Amino acid sequence: MSATPLRPGAEAIAEKGWLVAHKWLIVRRISQVGILLLFLAGPWFGLWIVKGNLSYSYTLNILPLADPYVLLQSLMTGQAPEKLALIGVAVVLAFYLLVGGRTYCSWVCPVNLVTDLANWLRARLGIKGGAHISRKTRYWILAATLVAALATGAIAWEMVNPVTMMHRGLIFGIGLAWAVLLAVFLFDLFVMRHGWCGHLCPVGAFYSLIGKVSVIRVKLPAREACNDCMDCFAVCPEQQVIRPALKAINGAPPVILDANCTNCGRCIDVCSKDVFALGSRFGGTRAYGVAGGRGADGALPSGN
Amino acid sequence: MDNEIKAKGSARRQFLADTARMACGVGLLGLGVGLYARHATALPPAAIRPPGALPETDFSGACIRCGMCVRDCPYNILHLAKPEEPMSTGTPYFVARQLPCEMCEDIPCVKACPTGALDHSLTDINKSRMGLAVLVDHETCLNFLGLRCDICYRVCPVIDKAITLDPQTNARTGKHTLFIPVVHSDHCTGCGKCEKACPTEIAAIKVFPLYMAKGQLSAHYRLGWVEKEKAGGSLVAPDIEHQYNLPEGMKYEVGKGLSTLPPAEPAPAMPGTGSGLPKAFQGGKL
Repeated sequence: MSATPLRPGAEAIAEKGWLVAHKWLIVRRISQVGILLLFLAGPWFGLWIVKGNLSYSYTLNILPLADPYVLLQSLMTGQAPEKLALIGVAVVLAFYLLVGGRTYCSWVCPVNLVTDLANWLRARLGIKGGAHISRKTRYWILAATLVAALATGAIAWEMVNPVTMMHRGLIFGIGLAWAVLLAVFLFDLFVMRHGWCGHLCPVGAFYSLIGKVSVIRVKLPAREACNDCMDCFAVCPEQQVIRPALKAINGAPPVILDANCTNCGRCIDVCSKDVFALGSRFGGTRAYGVAGGRGADGALPSGN
Repeated sequence: MDNEIKAKGSARRQFLADTARMACGVGLLGLGVGLYARHATALPPAAIRPPGALPETDFSGACIRCGMCVRDCPYNILHLAKPEEPMSTGTPYFVARQLPCEMCEDIPCVKACPTGALDHSLTDINKSRMGLAVLVDHETCLNFLGLRCDICYRVCPVIDKAITLDPQTNARTGKHTLFIPVVHSDHCTGCGKCEKACPTEIAAIKVFPLYMAKGQLSAHYRLGWVEKEKAGGSLVAPDIEHQYNLPEGMKYEVGKGLSTLPPAEPAPAMPGTGSGLPKAFQGGKL
């Protein structure tokens, strides 16, 4: 057993202690489970703080929140939302423009719990290899869902979308949706690493479009301190986003500007050299004298 | 130089191949999802949409499956369809035989809907058309059997308008009256209270989605008696008095039937001429 290489983050745990080396992971899990519990408090305990689900919700009879992606699909079918849904979309768009589009994926989406578990198990069981599908596939699927809505006049994707199926299922009764989630779990476990969230999910693809210009970013204030231990790559669900910022590819600023970074903060946790930190895309980057504009929607990342 | 051109060409080929592969793969997926969506837009007969729901083809594009109507229904009658149920996943419905719509006057389910899936212009619950009650089984309906069950009639929230009792002779006994429940589509909201209350093992009266329950006359059909009333008189004026085409020497009287003509009447001189013909064929004014 002594020959076994250290697991990613072991160095960070030794250096910073377990708690600090899992800080963002813990906060993130609290966020995911907490949001789910807010939705479940009504049906489970009669505490109606939030009504609805991730497609549309109404908090304390004041705050409407609506998923812009599902409403865009509805719009494609020729149907218009009511006022509260429009306000809800505006609030959600503004929020993710601030905190980062795919922050939805790692901090809110319940399917992340499933795929993270699959990925964790995949690493523990040492399952390697599998299918190769381009990470761009999700954008094709995103386009296909919109075309399907236009062609059928129905929000076709919502009939099979594992994301809303899981959230709705947990709150309103799961039915056979568990089978769909099991399929996603098994796909990520055996067929493809980060297969669903990282390659196929059009919900994430949609939110990444918001992420092209969003403010809060993982930054690399100490990228010179990197000792190439590769722990951040090992834990990152979107590995391709790190390299340009870490290795200053084409003079990239020390901030992860790729739209597909989910701001999960796991790289911050596992780095024993504290290369990473959470910050805004503005400020700091200028101090390095590198124009930040290009990187924002810059060249598509290499790798799968 | 040559190598560069070759490399460019092969890169272009690779790009086209990759794009084609992606387009085909995702296109197939999209086709599958689209076809599934088309199939799932047909509402199963037992599933009734909440009040104000758009026609099914529009509903499946407008409903975002948030479940707000389910939450704001004070009687908890609504469900969201599960993936295995034969309708659009996540859309709201109720089953009348389990729990019918209570027809709240303020229609909270419609108010809760963040899209136009439940039509917000519906403010009078009596104008909602969730479905239409149909007395499907004339063999088991107790009123058809001659009993005075009348339950569907009495539980109807639009009593005497949506369901009336139509008295008919009980041919079996020859001396009683059948009170046949008749549903009128211009008043029935499809709430399903009749189906819920029907006392037979399986309801004889059921609520179906409108598209299943309601027939429609062809556009060119006119009801003569309606047109006559509208015009203030017959449009094929004037009506012809009915003539019986009977064998010679016979007559027919309503209530009495056939009888032979009294022999006193002189027989016509020749067949085919004179008064032997029905009046209609004797010329003159019709």
